[in-house]
Parts: sequence; C-alpha cells; structure tokens
Amino acid sequence: MMMTPVYSKSGPYMSNVMGIINNALNETFLEKLTNHRSLASVPYGSRYRLIDFPLSNMVNSGITNVGILLESKYRSLMDHIGFGKAWDLDRKRNGLFILPPAHIYQNNRAYKGDLQNFSSNIDYIKRSTQEYVIITSPNIVCNIDYRDAFQYHIENENDITIIYKEMDVFRRDTSYTVINTDDNDRIIDMKVNPDKNFYKKISLQRYIIKKDLLLEIIDNCISKGEWDFVKNAIIGNIKNLKVYGYPFHSYASVINSINGYYKSNLELLKPDVWQELFLKNGSIFTKPKDEAPSEYKESSIARNILAANGCIIEGEVRNSILFRGVKIHPDSFIKNSIIMQKSEIGPGAKLENVILDKGVTITADKELKGDTNYPVILEKNSIV
Amino acid sequence: MANPELLAMILAGGKGSRLGVLTKNIAKPAVPFGGEYRLIDFPLSNCSNSGIDTVGVLTQYKPLVLNSYIGNGRSWDLDLNRGGVTVLPPYVKETGGSWYRGTADAIYQNIEFIDINDPEYVLILSGDHIYKMDYSLMLDYHKEKNAEATIGVLEVPLEDANRFGIMNTDNSQRIFEFQEKPENPKNNLASMGIYIFKWETLKKYLLKDAENDDSDGDFGKDIIPAMINNDLQIYAYKFTDYWKDVGTIKSYWRAHMDLLGDSPELNLHDRNWIIYSVNPNKPPQYIAETAEVDHSLINKGTQVLGKIKNSVLFFGVLVERDVIIENSVILPNSRIGKGSHIKNSIIGRNVTVEANSKIGADNQTEELKITVVGDEETVKKNSSIKSGTVVGK
Repeated sequence: MMMTPVYSKSGPYMSNVMGIINNALNETFLEKLTNHRSLASVPYGSRYRLIDFPLSNMVNSGITNVGILLESKYRSLMDHIGFGKAWDLDRKRNGLFILPPAHIYQNNRAYKGDLQNFSSNIDYIKRSTQEYVIITSPNIVCNIDYRDAFQYHIENENDITIIYKEMDVFRRDTSYTVINTDDNDRIIDMKVNPDKNFYKKISLQRYIIKKDLLLEIIDNCISKGEWDFVKNAIIGNIKNLKVYGYPFHSYASVINSINGYYKSNLELLKPDVWQELFLKNGSIFTKPKDEAPSEYKESSIARNILAANGCIIEGEVRNSILFRGVKIHPDSFIKNSIIMQKSEIGPGAKLENVILDKGVTITADKELKGDTNYPVILEKNSIV
Repeated sequence: MANPELLAMILAGGKGSRLGVLTKNIAKPAVPFGGEYRLIDFPLSNCSNSGIDTVGVLTQYKPLVLNSYIGNGRSWDLDLNRGGVTVLPPYVKETGGSWYRGTADAIYQNIEFIDINDPEYVLILSGDHIYKMDYSLMLDYHKEKNAEATIGVLEVPLEDANRFGIMNTDNSQRIFEFQEKPENPKNNLASMGIYIFKWETLKKYLLKDAENDDSDGDFGKDIIPAMINNDLQIYAYKFTDYWKDVGTIKSYWRAHMDLLGDSPELNLHDRNWIIYSVNPNKPPQYIAETAEVDHSLINKGTQVLGKIKNSVLFFGVLVERDVIIENSVILPNSRIGKGSHIKNSIIGRNVTVEANSKIGADNQTEELKITVVGDEETVKKNSSIKSGTVVGK
C-alpha cells in the first residue's frame, strides 16, 4: 500500500509560526500625528514607520505569513506596505495579509474592542497552515529575534509566552502594561496602563501562542461578551493557563505619549541605541524611495543628527532627526527637533523642541520653541 | 512578444580597463557612482522614465554582479508581464558561439531577441554614461525627420574633438560624414554612442556586416560609415544637458566633484526624473557631535565622527574620530580608522583603512594626482600612501 506523503513539516520551526500585527489600538495620544494616519504608519527614526519594526522582526525571524489587523485611518499604512514587497512578503505561498475591519459593515456598529478585529478575520487565522502565532503591536519599537523566545515557548511547554523587559527607569507621561513574575518567570499578575507602575517588568506586547488555543480563547471571550485582547484574552487566562514571560535585554521603547514618541526618536542619537535597534538581529526594512544622498552645503553645520537621504542642508542642525527630502535653508537653526519628510525650513528660522509632520513649511525668520517634555507639533502640510 | 514601438539595447559588456582596480571584479556599468548608484542605473532609469518597457542588457565581462544587480528589473519598474528587462550574455548557437566582437556584433548576435519582440525602432545605449535624457523626444525627432538612423551628439570644444567620433552635418542636421577621432576635425559634434535605428534597416546592415571578415562589428567604425556611404537619411540629435563618460580614474573622480557644486549640473533630487537603483536597506546616516561635514554628499547607513570636506560617501561607510577626508570618494561599506587623513582619493568597496593612515595626503603641489585603493584592500596602521598610487591589482 502506498504511504501518504507528508507535505508540511510540523513542529518547532519558524516556518510553523504565523504573525499577527494588531493595529486596532487607541492612537489618540499622538494627537495631530494620528489625525490622518493610524499608529502603525506614524513616521519614526528618520526613514521608517512604526510598523517597520514588528514587520521586519517577524521576517528576520523566519516568519513568512503575516496578517495586519486594521481598524481605522489605514490609507497611509496600506500605501506604505503595499503588497509587502519591501519585506519579501509578496509571495505565492503565505505572504502579507491585510485584515480590514469587516465588522464596520454589520448592523450594530458600536466598536467593542480589538477581539472584534480578530473575530472579523477569523477565517484567515483558521485557514493559515501554521500551528503557532506571534501577536505583536506596532507601538513598541525594538529589534527582536523571536527564535529564542519561540524555542523557550516549546521547551517550557507554555500556553502563552509574553516577551517582557525589565526597566530601570520609567519614562514620564508614558503608561505601561506591567507584569509580575515568580522566580521561574511565570506571570502571576499583569496590569494594563495602571496609574502607578507596580512592577519593574513591562510587557513588550509580543505574545506567542498555539493557534488552536488562540481560536479557543477568542471564541470563549466573545461568547462571554469580552472584547479586549490583552485584558480579557491574556490577563483573563493568567490563572488557568501556563503563561510565562521571556526577558528581552536590548533597547525597547514604548510609544504611548507625545513625550514618549519625541524622546524615543531622540534616543536614536545615542550610538549604542542606534546599533541595537538598526544593526543587531537583522535590518529594519521599509518602503524604498530612491532618494539621492543627502547634501551638506558649505554653509551647513550638522552635529549629532540622524538624516535620511534626499536632504539638502544649508543651515545649522543639532540633536535632531531629519526624514527624507528635508530642506534646510541658510542661517536657520534647528535643535532637538524631529523634521518629517519633505518639510522645508526657511532662511533664518529657529526651531527648538519641535515636531514637524510631513510637508510642513516654515517661512523665513520664524521662531518656534516647545518644551523639552512637550514639544510643539505642527500638523501635516501646514505653513507657518 | 512585447511588440513595442521602441526597444532599447544597453551595451554593458565593457571592461573599462582604464578604471583599473575599480573594475577588477565588475564590469564598468556596475561601477558605483554618486553615493547611491551604479553607472547602469542611468540608462535603465532613463529608459523607465522615457516609457520604454522592453530593454535588453548585453553583458560579457565579469557579469555576475551586474546580472544579479539587474535581477528582474524590479528596481526600475521593468518587471513586466510584457517586455521588461532581459539580460543577454553571449550564447552558443547552432554554428558555435563567440564573444561579442564589437558593439554592432553584440546586437547582431541578439537579432533573435529583437525579432521575437518585434519593435519598429531600436535604441542602442551604452551602460556606462552619466546623464538624464528623455529618449522619447529623440524618437519623436527621428520620426519627424523620417530618418533611417539618428545619432545622439554633443557639442565638444573643437580642440578636444580629435578624441571623439565626429559627425559632419548639413544645415538640416543630416550627417554626410563620420570621422572617428579625426586629426583635423571639421566639426565639433561628438557621438554619444546613442543611436535610434529603424529595426528593419539596422537588421539588414548587421547581416551584411557579419559577412565581412574585415569588419570590427562596431557601430562607429563599420555600421554608420556603411550607412553614410549608401546615402541613407541619418540625422544628428543634439543633447545639451550634462553628459559624462567616466572612462578614466580622473574623469570618474571629477564627475563626483561635479555633484558637489552649489547647483550641480546633474540634479539627482528631481522627483520627475528619478534615477532608480537597487536600494540597499540601511539605517539613516549618523553625523556625530564630533563630526564636521562640509560640501559633501552622504548616503544612508554611513556614520561620520570625523571631518568630511568636498567628498562623496556611499552607504555603510564608517568614518571614525579625528579623521580628515577631503576631495575624495569613499565607496560602499568601507571603514576609515581613527586619525587617518585621506585627500584626492578614491577608496574602493569594503576597504579597511586602519588608524592613523595617510592616503594621498602628501601632495602639496597644484598638480592633481588621484590615489586609488582597490576593493577589499586593507591599509595597515600608520601607513603612508603617496599621492597618485594605486593600491591593489
């Protein structure tokens, strides 16, 4: 008799893991920066969008099937990721899947929570051939290789593994999802954005779980009228499932407030952070734009800056982050600022502690100054 | 079968031997340029921007890097269902195989490729010139003149004309004489090596030329003179923008310095005519507190902790503290160690310059001597390389 051939390899291989990026999150804390875009497509670090980090981390770890849950304002995100070409996710098998909020077409339109997004796309999760899932959020920036955490998940026979980081200092104005573990890293308590940071360990919102268990939990929660992924699906199961933490020791930054976003960008100017985020554990991929190298003209002074390509710098820039195609005219002065794509700073203008969204024009001799903990933000395409 | 009106053939098999160590492992069209590009990006981007969707790239010398660089043409939007880019190395036919003898012979050997695509016109380009040109305007001109062939020409200073193939034209720009490097040039219109032919006409001449054992199989030496002899309608198409053939180390260096002017003739920031390239994915460039950058181009993934003046730095370069780099070109992924001084130099790809080295920094005279360090070389600590030296074989 003929043996039935085995076509798919099961077991603890990264090819047996799918990824879900949960972009159905509250994003209002970024104010003007999220007026026109979702959190995942907020520009970050000179040439990236926040989603580039979780997406690249998955691809660099060997995951080839990634779904992105969307809730609102996702035009710019879809424009950015396209068919996933920049991440090698435009594939015949597996690849990138955009998971839109189908529930908005249902009769009862009230939004209940992100489990609704999972449930709207449950067929995608069921149909995927992988046995394991890694679920991530775009609001935490880090460069992480999931292979070790996944190995630990298998060997320790965890039901859910949560990647966490132990913090020395908490950032002002930023709330965290904190966890408490016993000596074996088993998670015994977990709180979402408490006023007081009870524990030193924060969740990096990276969860590893068996797909069948995830489906069961989602069904369970929804049937009880529970709609929050972290609070209900994860915290609700701490007591009855084996939920363990896996420590991460490199740079990680929680983007949970304007100040957090601002400081996190400026932290990239520290060479060790630059190294850990951009070079360790693989490159961060982003949509390529084919810009020429940046030009530093004779009159320019640039000290301690990160710049993308296509910039023309004729003024003075210090401790700042310049995105692609930024123009800085002579005699201008820029300090501790984030200048996004295609913005233009007129001659003689002075900017300090400022965030300029894309395409902002600052006319000649204008002066703008924000606070070191609360930068001035100018909306996309505004002219000052 | 794409059946395009105009099909482009890019000649990219040249060794570019006058570039020396820079073309040791790669064909000339694969040589890096302008901090971000390779020479082949210019004709490929021009094709893409001119709306040409079927392109053949003829490779021969050291084609590996070039072949994988071009890939399926994705970077230039030339990965198409109909047409797209096809790399054409020499191949064995029923009657045996041979290398491409000359520019025209290379096209002759690929008649089948062109016939399969069945274009009305064929555009012949070089893979190693730096310029931005809309070929669709040249085709309009070609059709308007009802020409059999149109040759792209540049006005050069009359005293330099003896280094070029010179076209002698009448008032209507019709070419009645072609002189290859004439001693006493009568005109200053130099061939850019850009041709548009009616395919039917060109094919006839290629077949005839192939029967001639004395022929070099070259457009400039054989095909064009034969067409002129037969009194065909051949016109010159004047190009007045920036154009450079970076054939020598000096011209390669100078073309980079051209990019550093206050308003360089070659504008690489024009979003209406983007020069595309295979974008290596690198983090943003980092200019440290200790850095000084003056009059320079810097690309992504490069970290600068020292002083840079009048220089072009490609991607992935590391410039450590107390380094001085002036009037130089640093190719991708090279590391310049602490305290080194580099002047009037071209540093190849993946070069390691160890601490306190002096490269080309001794020249105090007016005379320009370019120092070159070839790909993958290591310059040992405290070494001193005299200006005008070429390191590497």
